[in-house]
Amino acid sequence: MSVIYVLLAISIAIAVVFFIAFIFAVRKGQYDDSYTHSVRMLFEDEIIKEKNKK
Amino acid sequence: MNHKACFHCGLDASKSGITFDKKSFCCNGCKTVYEIFSTNDLSCYYDLQAAPGATPKEIEGKYNFLNNETIAEKLFEFKDGDFRIITLYIPHIHCSSCIWILENLNKLLPQVSSSLVNFGEKTVRITYNGEKLSLKKLVDLLCRIGYEPYISLENYESGKKKIDRSIIYKLGLAGFAFGYVMFLSFPEYLQVEGIWLEKYKHLFRWLMFIFSVPVVFYAAQDYFISAYKGLRSNLLNIDVPIALGISVLFIRSTAEIILDIGTGFFDSLTGLIFFLLLGKYFQQKTYAFLSFERDYKSYFPIGVTKISTNGKESPIQVYDIEKGDRLLIRNEELIPVDCILMKGRARIDYSFVTGESEAVSKKSGDKLFAGGKQMDGVIEIEVLKSVEQSYLTQLWSNDVFKTNKENAFKNLTNKISKHFTIAILFIAALATTFWLIYDSSKALNVFTAVLIIACPCAIALSAPFTLGNLLRILGKKKFYLKNASIIEKLAKINTIIFDKTGTITANKSSKITYEGDQLSLEEESLLKNTLRGSNHPLSRALYDILNEHKIVTLENYKEHLGQGIEASFETRNIKVGSAPFVGYVSDLVTANTSVHVSTNNNYKGKFTFYNDYRKGLSNLFKKLKKDYDLAVISGDNDGEKDNLTKLLPTKTKLLFNQKPDDKLEYIKYHQSEGAKVLMVGDGLNDAGALAQSDVGIAISENVNVFSPACDAILDASKFNQLFNYIKASKGAIKIIKWSFVLSFFYNIIGLYFAVTGQLEPVIAAILMPLSSISIVIFTTISTNLLGKKII
Repeated sequence: MSVIYVLLAISIAIAVVFFIAFIFAVRKGQYDDSYTHSVRMLFEDEIIKEKNKK
Repeated sequence: MNHKACFHCGLDASKSGITFDKKSFCCNGCKTVYEIFSTNDLSCYYDLQAAPGATPKEIEGKYNFLNNETIAEKLFEFKDGDFRIITLYIPHIHCSSCIWILENLNKLLPQVSSSLVNFGEKTVRITYNGEKLSLKKLVDLLCRIGYEPYISLENYESGKKKIDRSIIYKLGLAGFAFGYVMFLSFPEYLQVEGIWLEKYKHLFRWLMFIFSVPVVFYAAQDYFISAYKGLRSNLLNIDVPIALGISVLFIRSTAEIILDIGTGFFDSLTGLIFFLLLGKYFQQKTYAFLSFERDYKSYFPIGVTKISTNGKESPIQVYDIEKGDRLLIRNEELIPVDCILMKGRARIDYSFVTGESEAVSKKSGDKLFAGGKQMDGVIEIEVLKSVEQSYLTQLWSNDVFKTNKENAFKNLTNKISKHFTIAILFIAALATTFWLIYDSSKALNVFTAVLIIACPCAIALSAPFTLGNLLRILGKKKFYLKNASIIEKLAKINTIIFDKTGTITANKSSKITYEGDQLSLEEESLLKNTLRGSNHPLSRALYDILNEHKIVTLENYKEHLGQGIEASFETRNIKVGSAPFVGYVSDLVTANTSVHVSTNNNYKGKFTFYNDYRKGLSNLFKKLKKDYDLAVISGDNDGEKDNLTKLLPTKTKLLFNQKPDDKLEYIKYHQSEGAKVLMVGDGLNDAGALAQSDVGIAISENVNVFSPACDAILDASKFNQLFNYIKASKGAIKIIKWSFVLSFFYNIIGLYFAVTGQLEPVIAAILMPLSSISIVIFTTISTNLLGKKII
């Protein structure tokens, strides 16, 4: 049953990694604007047209 | 009537006759923007939203001050080598097309490497090559496509704002810890027998302790600080029982695991803090893009054009303006300081200051005041006072702006919390003494249990979620409140005072009626042609309503400023203007604005300009009359008295010729008599009255231009919904009271367990989150229903 030490250690480590990622994201300003991204992701990608060089 | 809408901006295009690429446009400006977009493969702009554009305004020379290095320096967020980053506030951002076009700016200007829109704040952050593209050209392009940025002194001064994200950090920390601690507390809850549990439970308990420590000391620190401050000023606010609960939870849990009595309440502790912070976060998510704390600086341009003694024009900062300087003010520019008109034809729109939208004509030598907007070409002025000393700044230095309305108002939550804390301490004391006598081993257990379970979190959560949700719903209906406490104040008012001009009247339009002899076709044609040559607002308004006529060249055209116009064509001559000019003598002195017409020296009749009252005004007043005392106070003359008496219910007080100070005094007087006053106004002249009243609402046709002292902004189109909004506020207070009842119910159950000494951690862990979540669900659903029902 001492494997529980290992299990706990791994799960805590993973949780901490995610937590650090969260803090990183907040510091970069990802959480400042919670609305625009929802609109932006619905824009369609443009088909690049061949421009005729005059 | 064939009503064609401009493809670009949606306004009426049937009169213009401008078509391009099989689409009609209202003006050449809109057509030009369309051309720019279609030639650059940006016509997707129109696919996302119908008629999303704005007519580009004439900005010849307006942004020359951006060429001034010092000014531009202050606006940049980042500058290094070629790289420039600037954040511009663009009021016209209102739909997905706007986001799309602004984020595709690099197609129009290859020197722009990227641009990012923040829709909530209506800003765009542009990264571009500063060596290849000047700031002025960038702003010029934005103006040309109809997205003119609003650059004001405020942006200039504050520089980089430090964004406070601590609430998100705290919330994240509490959330992570809460999940983890819950996970760790399962073994002991499930009461699994076995030696392994005895061996490992200490590990779990101490892990829970480690996770809880940062939550208590970092995430919950605001509650402790606020409770301490409250106690210091003898105020039992809601944070006192919260801080008490958290500390008791933490201390008891730590004691339990050290002394090996039990498993502690760490999961309830972290859960409690998480829910409380969630409520706080929700409360903070109010409208960031509408800044209510603007002062005079946000109205003024940053740079003006100074004319030096040798005639050279150079851009200077507003703060560098000195007495005696000569400045050049262009069309549609704001006059930044009190000054004297030197050269040019001045027509000043003082609607910022007085609320009157009709421009005033001034001649050389007249004094002009800061805050007016020049409407008629270019003028030269000589400065009398610097920016700080102007009339406007003094108006806003009035003491009424200094007193903070917030301090005086004790909101519902704080009132309840006082009683709550006292009741809890009393019950705890009572239960403890009972057990001390009966079975003293349980006494401490019971004392701490009572303090733990009597969760003020439900009380702490109901107000933020209810008011926050209602704030959001009202905002969607174009009624923007400064903060949640305004809702509570709105529910308490009993007197409503309205300003007249611009508030109950629509600012831009007037109704025009004609009384007199019918004009013949030739006479009307002559009239129309005469009006065509005049720039006077009355002439222009009148010109618009007359029918189309053939344009002819008039002989002997002469405009007498302030009096009228006379012209002749072939055999007819016409005089248009004021009564004495036209030669009309009457014994009736009407205060209404009227334009008289006479042809061949025969008096024909007059056009009278009536204020156009907002739609639904009568109905609104009828509904309000039942519960509130109403009054209309105006700075205008009493020309509209009869109209108003007809429109409004009896017993509505009508006061005219009131100066801004009179309005303020009137409100003060009524407040001293115990009335709770709601003031509805607009324009800077109402600022004092709006600040003095218990709630001040500013009606705005353009939500970016409004009085700074108001507590709420109401979009002009929703004016007739005012009654519904007030009713919604009252409904919200009722919902809060019901959620208090619900939380009371939970507390009774919890207290039963606590007082009988049966409070197991597992029970606390179930009850507390359950009560919090159910309160949140209840308030959210109720306010959504309220929003649907009333509005």
